Amino acid sequence: MKPTYQQPTERGYYGQFGGAFIPEMLYPNVEELRQQYLDILAEPEFQEEYQMLLRDYVGRPTPLFEAKRLSAKYNTRVFLKREDLCHTGAHKVNNTVGQILLAKRLGKTRIIAETGAGQHGVATATVCALMGMQCIVYMGEVDMERQKPNVYRMRLLGAEVRAAMSGSRTLKDATNEAIRDWISNPVDTHYIIGSVVGPHPYPDLVARLQSVISEEMRKQLLEKTGSELPQYVVACVGGGSNAAGAFYHFLEEPSVQLVAVEAAGHGIHSGHSAATSVLGTPGIIHGSRTLLMQDEEGQITEPYSISAGLDYPGIGPLHAFLADAGRARFISIEDEDALRAVSELSRLEGIIPALETAHALAALGQLGAGPDDVVVVNLSGRGDKDLETYLKYADTIL
Amino acid sequence: MTNRIAQAFARKKKGLLNIYFTAGYPTLDSTVPLLTALTNAGADLIEIGMPFSDPLADGPVIQQSSTVALKNGMNLRVLFRQLADIRSQVPDTPILLMGYLNPVMQFGVENFCREAAAVGVDGIILPDLPLDDYVAEYQEIFQRYNLRPVFLITPQTATERIRRIDDLTDSFLYLVSGPGTTGGANTQAEGVQDAYFQRIEDMKLRNPRLIGFGIGDKASFQHACQFAEGAIIGSALIRALDDTEDAPAAASRFVQSVLQ
Ligand SMILES: Cc1ncc(COP(=O)(O)O)c(C=O)c1O
Repeated sequence: MKPTYQQPTERGYYGQFGGAFIPEMLYPNVEELRQQYLDILAEPEFQEEYQMLLRDYVGRPTPLFEAKRLSAKYNTRVFLKREDLCHTGAHKVNNTVGQILLAKRLGKTRIIAETGAGQHGVATATVCALMGMQCIVYMGEVDMERQKPNVYRMRLLGAEVRAAMSGSRTLKDATNEAIRDWISNPVDTHYIIGSVVGPHPYPDLVARLQSVISEEMRKQLLEKTGSELPQYVVACVGGGSNAAGAFYHFLEEPSVQLVAVEAAGHGIHSGHSAATSVLGTPGIIHGSRTLLMQDEEGQITEPYSISAGLDYPGIGPLHAFLADAGRARFISIEDEDALRAVSELSRLEGIIPALETAHALAALGQLGAGPDDVVVVNLSGRGDKDLETYLKYADTIL
Repeated sequence: MTNRIAQAFARKKKGLLNIYFTAGYPTLDSTVPLLTALTNAGADLIEIGMPFSDPLADGPVIQQSSTVALKNGMNLRVLFRQLADIRSQVPDTPILLMGYLNPVMQFGVENFCREAAAVGVDGIILPDLPLDDYVAEYQEIFQRYNLRPVFLITPQTATERIRRIDDLTDSFLYLVSGPGTTGGANTQAEGVQDAYFQRIEDMKLRNPRLIGFGIGDKASFQHACQFAEGAIIGSALIRALDDTEDAPAAASRFVQSVLQ
């Protein structure tokens, strides 16, 4: 089959990016997944259960809301895809609902996950509670501190939260620990990765499970604007799962500009940033060849962003390919501008976004969109988890 | 073409001790003194760990030693410089480099192989280099420089895959003792591990086998040696270097404690 933007090769490559660079200890699990995921996703019973849960448990379809006051401010037509209204408050649950059903069919009884902002951890703990499965979530110690409410939510849901103490004690390190756990528990455990990262087939699996976002967008846009195709789709990128879901059904539509927004932290070249598409070079992280922040010796650089969900030194191989091929435009947003976007959306539309999402919103002014253009921003999550940070930076926000 | 690894297994049929240590730990200049101390004390093969920021297959001890080594300034250029004269001091003991693919890729695989061969390295262990990628992209380069790859086998590795690994190998097979990262304790039920070792032994593979992960003292070394030509110790040696002024002397004592 000819690879497209949507479909990686059989070995999981999007152009030069992807693959499965894993130690032998992980090979049987990853290979089992690779051989079975497409068949399982295509099973009618799987689809029936998945669609039922998306509808009755997650609350899909999520609304597409025309943000009139935000539109007036930017002099263009802005629509918000309300993933923040998903059960648990972010898009992450689209993936975990699918993967838990997959794990059951693979006969797994123990679930592990990594989390940065805690949204993926909460979404994993949630579906584990629903299915009665054991759940262990790895989270960087720094992130446990800055996303405390989500740590409590995970515990309330019955998950065990284990602190990752190595490196910068953020998402990268939590992912390392989750992978080490999987190495140590190769038989009964399924690893629910939270983004379009990791060894093949994870990037494709997670992209497919998130693709419901753009599938719904097309139908909703047709109803609201008379065309399935907008001029712009904008999403923030940590690993890139909400962006992959928002872009998926527009990837092969060249008239749609795809805009991926990364975290510039204190500034792209400040040494405290997570702007991977600018600072990254091809390398291997978490089993995937992709763009990666690293030094000349191939040691992975510690990233920084105020947002725990974007504080990652790589991007999914699909996004590396989109950047390389020029199919998506990448914009980076600094901490302060993200914080200002939080207050803007809160006050103009009555919606408090997550810090991650605020980066996508902050890019609105840079798009160059005209008054008749339709811009869809993927509102990946709500801001409840970030209230403590918002209070701390009240001077910038209020 | 002959190779020191093959010669070591020809010289000694049983009880080979392979010691792993991290280059540049505990100090940047420890690499060569440790290597000579270990071989003088009786180690039959040496694996030098190339430190990586994110060593996925390693437990806390090797992670920590890698972090320290990187802080000390270790990298591949420094390592090859340190090893430039090693074959005048350690002529016969096989030396393998073990690490992760990314630093090697950034160095350039061909450059890496050329430099490794030039200083007298015999084998390469890159756990996150997939078998298929090795065959498709790197086998020819490795062979050109007479570098032998070593691949891992775990209790979950399927029989046909073990045969394929054996076919691609011309050194030894690295038998990972059980589920887990390096330095982990054996948490398997009594007999499970032995049954796995026995199953591999019964396959009558072409290559000799060394058992690694969780081997840390004389008792676990001798036990492993019942099922294979020898065993590999890493984390326990590194732990023995903690809190000592004289790392080479501590390394010697450690090897003696395993072999005597
Ligand atoms: C609300 C929200 N948006 C975005 C992200 C970033 O992840 P991804 O790039 O995979 O969508 C996160 C991650 O935690 C998140 O919680």
